[in-house]
Amino acid sequence: MRKKHKLASSSSPEVDEQKGRTSSSRSVFDGHKLVFTLPVIIYAFLLILAPLVYILFLSFLTADNYGGYSYDFTLQNYAEVFDGTNLGIFLKSAGIGLLTTAICLLISYPFAIFLRDKPLKTQNLIIKLVMVPFLTNSLIRTYGWITLLRKNGVINTSLLFFGIIKSPLPLMYNYLGIIIGMVYTLLPFMILPVYSAVSKVDQNLLDAAEDLGAGKLRKFKEVYLPLTLAGAFNGSLMVFIPAIGYFFIADILGGGKAMIIGNLIKNQFLTARNWPLGAALSIFLLVITFGLVKLYEKIGGDLDELGAG
Amino acid sequence: MPALVLRSYEPYLSKVAVKKPSDNAHFGRILWARNLYLALVMLFLFLPIAILVVFSFNASEMNIIFTGFTTEWYGKLLENPNLLEAFRNTLLIAIISTAVSTILGTISAVGMKQYNFPTERVVSKLIYIPIVIPEIVLGISLLSVFTLAGVELGFWSVLLAHITFSVPFVITSVRSTLYALPKNVEEAAEDLGAGKWKTFWYVTLPLIKPGIVSGAILAFTLSLDDVVISYFTAGPGTNTLPLYIYSIIKTGITPDVNALTTLMLVFTIIALIVSSKLQTKRQLERTL
Repeated sequence: MRKKHKLASSSSPEVDEQKGRTSSSRSVFDGHKLVFTLPVIIYAFLLILAPLVYILFLSFLTADNYGGYSYDFTLQNYAEVFDGTNLGIFLKSAGIGLLTTAICLLISYPFAIFLRDKPLKTQNLIIKLVMVPFLTNSLIRTYGWITLLRKNGVINTSLLFFGIIKSPLPLMYNYLGIIIGMVYTLLPFMILPVYSAVSKVDQNLLDAAEDLGAGKLRKFKEVYLPLTLAGAFNGSLMVFIPAIGYFFIADILGGGKAMIIGNLIKNQFLTARNWPLGAALSIFLLVITFGLVKLYEKIGGDLDELGAG
Repeated sequence: MPALVLRSYEPYLSKVAVKKPSDNAHFGRILWARNLYLALVMLFLFLPIAILVVFSFNASEMNIIFTGFTTEWYGKLLENPNLLEAFRNTLLIAIISTAVSTILGTISAVGMKQYNFPTERVVSKLIYIPIVIPEIVLGISLLSVFTLAGVELGFWSVLLAHITFSVPFVITSVRSTLYALPKNVEEAAEDLGAGKWKTFWYVTLPLIKPGIVSGAILAFTLSLDDVVISYFTAGPGTNTLPLYIYSIIKTGITPDVNALTTLMLVFTIIALIVSSKLQTKRQLERTL
């Protein structure tokens, strides 16, 4: 068996160049192949594709008043997605997402550029430290922010104590609280890909730009930015998409006053129990996501680098 | 003509001079400002965690002012069965989902590299979906299918959901080391008579270990960090840490949660340090 395989691999013209393996074993039962490919096929179809196809199906059904649905196909849910109140929430949510992304970009670029001049050991240590907050649950960290931001929280109490302010600042239960929470929770997702891109920029190019008289801003605009665009887009994707979905941050730091798309979907599934509308909203969110991913691929981004830095 | 040449060199020379930090106060100030910036960003990332750690030793039950040092809350931890149960479930789910998704992700990455199989193109696209789609969409779509398939919402449904979102991260992590392998190592092993199983076990696996380890660490942190997907797939009866905290966050969190967070943080950091120390030590031994 093995011998046959070996022979085939050295003489068969069917050798797949990319895989470096033969496809000759296709006709015979191959336990190794089965073990290494069947699980991922089952996983991909059963746990990824099936749930998405099912909510697509669900989004065309008609909700009844009792939290269930009947199999009457309709486009009504999609009409409801775009009605007045929902549209307002979309716009606000997109605003929060864009602002969060912009702030994360503004923080991450200088961070990455300053960091790349440090000794390699320091760089590795700092990047590891950036990951450490992830070892605690994001809800616990959000709770930490309540302790800091609330009316009688650590920040207001200290500012009052030192006489810098006369009355407590409204730092949470508003949009400011949501933005702080989002930027905090998602910043590492921006720092890692941006740093990874910035650290790969060739020092010779930077020296050349400098020798030709480029100032700091120009160096950034004409060397760093074009070379790190895919990394920045990767980070923006990993920040923007959660920022329109993380309902718990809007709930806890926004005090329930501000709704984002995530809250809207959560309410349809858990409170209003209108699953078809919730499904339609999710499909809408998916379409936006896939559009952004296509754009990322178009500007030369690698799917393998998404989310992993 | 010579003057022109000299002038055009001037900025270059002055730039070189600026690069010597020892004799330039201006550069020293820039360096200082840069370090301050880096420190501030790190402070921002660690601030809410540091606060929780500090207040876990606070004598006052209110998380406002530090009134005195106590370890009382660490003792109280053992008297809160709900919190302990939540902690146990969270840890169990993280450990099991990491183990399963690491194995599944590793063999998937290897299989997808080695073999052509039907549906390969579709599968290789599908595995990116959990990485990019909003967690809430993954959460509600899994909730819908679990309901449809009659899977009872609870510990096992959360576990299955965590495996679902972890596997792609392991695959991409393993793949990054897999494709960096010299092409001929595996072929050499097979030509020397090692079967496909032996080649995988003795050649491929040891070589891709760094990718597997970082994939596993990623899976573990993703599981510990997750709120959204657990929220939808847990159902009313199950108690995990994020759900427990969500239920009490509006009424105010007791200091024993701070104590637990501190303990978890210490344990995971120790585990990370030990694993990276072991890894470098083993790598050293191999090269020596």
